[in-house]
Amino acid sequence: MKTVFHNLSPDDTPRVRVRFADRELMLRDGANLAAELLAAGVMPFRHTPVSGAPRAPFCMMGACFDCLVLIDGVTRRACMSEVSEGLEIAVPGKADHD
Amino acid sequence: MIEADLVIIGAGPAGMAAAAQAADCGLSVLILDEQPRPGGQIYRDVDRAAPRHGAILGKDYTDGLGLTDRLDHPNIACLFGTSVWQIDPQAAVSFSRDGRGGVARGKRLLIATGAQERPMPLPGWTLPGVMTAGAAQILLKASGVVAERAVLVGTGPLLYLVAAQMVRAGTPPLALVETQTRSDFLRSLRHLPAALLGSRTLLKGMGLLATLRKAGVKRYKAAKDIAVEGTDRVTGLRFAHGGQPHQLECDTVLLHHGVVPETQATRSLNLPHRWNARQRAFHPVTDRWGRTALPFIFVAGDGAGIGGAKAAAYEGTLAALEIARDLGALSDGDRDLAAHPLRLRLWMERAIRPFLDTAFPSFAAALAPADDTLVCRCEEVTAGAVRRYAALGCLGPNQLKAFGRPGMGPCQGRMCALTVTELLAVHHGTSPKTIGLQRVRPPLKPVTLGEIAAMEGQGEQSTL
Ligand SMILES: Cc1cc2nc3c(=O)[nH]c(=O)nc-3n(C[C@H](O)[C@H](O)[C@H](O)COP(=O)(O)OP(=O)(O)OC[C@H]3O[C@@H](n4cnc5c(N)ncnc54)[C@H](O)[C@@H]3O)c2cc1C
Ligand code: FES
Repeated sequence: MKTVFHNLSPDDTPRVRVRFADRELMLRDGANLAAELLAAGVMPFRHTPVSGAPRAPFCMMGACFDCLVLIDGVTRRACMSEVSEGLEIAVPGKADHD
Repeated sequence: MIEADLVIIGAGPAGMAAAAQAADCGLSVLILDEQPRPGGQIYRDVDRAAPRHGAILGKDYTDGLGLTDRLDHPNIACLFGTSVWQIDPQAAVSFSRDGRGGVARGKRLLIATGAQERPMPLPGWTLPGVMTAGAAQILLKASGVVAERAVLVGTGPLLYLVAAQMVRAGTPPLALVETQTRSDFLRSLRHLPAALLGSRTLLKGMGLLATLRKAGVKRYKAAKDIAVEGTDRVTGLRFAHGGQPHQLECDTVLLHHGVVPETQATRSLNLPHRWNARQRAFHPVTDRWGRTALPFIFVAGDGAGIGGAKAAAYEGTLAALEIARDLGALSDGDRDLAAHPLRLRLWMERAIRPFLDTAFPSFAAALAPADDTLVCRCEEVTAGAVRRYAALGCLGPNQLKAFGRPGMGPCQGRMCALTVTELLAVHHGTSPKTIGLQRVRPPLKPVTLGEIAAMEGQGEQSTL
């Protein structure tokens, strides 16, 4: 997998285990979820309910809703969420957008 | 319900400066922001990022520490990670936080929700790997993450700032594909004398360009026919420059052609808004203290009209002075004495805007996109569809929602409302001012039924 985004300086923030769809990832605890998923090479984040087009974060400020993910059954904006140990992230399906 | 003299939505420069001033006047202040930490867009995460990446982000960024420090005041309570999803005309705000709902009421409410980047609909702008330039900057500020092999597309000072920050981070962009033209520059010259009042900003801009030149970043000016290429993700950018077609391979495309006031909150209150033809955006109508048509509700900062971070802080302070006077904490004379020097600085700060707005106008081809370009990212409505509905007799943006759903998706029109208005204006041969923007209905931000349920039955009151 090609990494398009990289971390500037490896820091000493502890990494925690997170599941995104069927992938297991080690992400920085407490960091911005969308940024960590991008740095881990996740692309796209989801497919649109209308045409199935792939989407990934666009605005990073909570305005575009392209970064939607499903956490504990609730659709959330990844760019407004933080990484925590054991986070189970699913990709929203058609029904979750309504 | 939490009560305070002043409730502020938004902890950017406007909200933070207002909180500090109001607290110094003895008012109790509650400040709410959906970000996990204070700073707003310009000073995003400054407390954490300044020590780590201050050298890359620059002094204009680390200056924000002066404002975040002032929030540490006994009269100020902060609720971060808190999204406001409804505001009632009596100035009570409903919010959700950590999956729980709550209500706060202030004797006065200040809306300091800032700006968003103007959506830039181009062919391919929904592909993964296309982001706004501001988004790339947020990745850098909040997470120390940089985009590799990126091309910046569009126009405006923020484009150069982000490019320079990427150079300093050791990951220069591959190129800048700029949309402003030589005639824009010539037209801007008559505003140059006034802009010299803001010569500090001009010098800084020249410094950024020098950084890009030294790093050998290629700049294509007056670019046209811009399209992002790729099927599942970005693979390149196509454009015309100097009459020649160009193609650049890249992994990331960063779009930017200016910022516009975030008016969701003020529109949800049905407050009157005014069209600013030079900035091509709507902003709420206020008096010189930021007071809206609802006398208990004020607006300050970029949400009241684009002026930048310094202006936002002055406006926040002015609103706080008037609110302190309203509530009897300050005499008319003391208010005016404190306001006078601020008004002068605000005027100097705004003096550069006509020059910037004219030299870096929004990209015409993104204001009226080609027929097959998506305008509404959520409901995937094209510009051609909007034109067809207009031809069928659809006059306004609210009626258009019923025709084709643009603005009905989760972003609630944040990404399409301005474009829809521009398209309708062109079709009907009138001004966006006449067309107006889509109405906004709460919730302003997503809220779950659980959060609403958790809010009901909240009998207990707390006063700050
Ligand atoms: C992405 C982006 C990057 C920018 N970068 C720069 C820069 O580097 N330099 C520069 O000079 N200018 C920059 N700007 C311009 C910027 O608008 C101003 O400089 C300045 O940040 C405006 O200050 P403000 O206080 O008005 O609003 P902001 O700083 O935007 O603060 C508004 C705050 O309100 C919060 N908010 C909004 N709605 C809600 C809600 N419903 N509930 C709870 N909280 C809410 C937001 O989370 C935000 O923290 C940027 C703008 C954007 C959009
Ligand atoms: S990236 Fe736009 S809402 Fe998250």
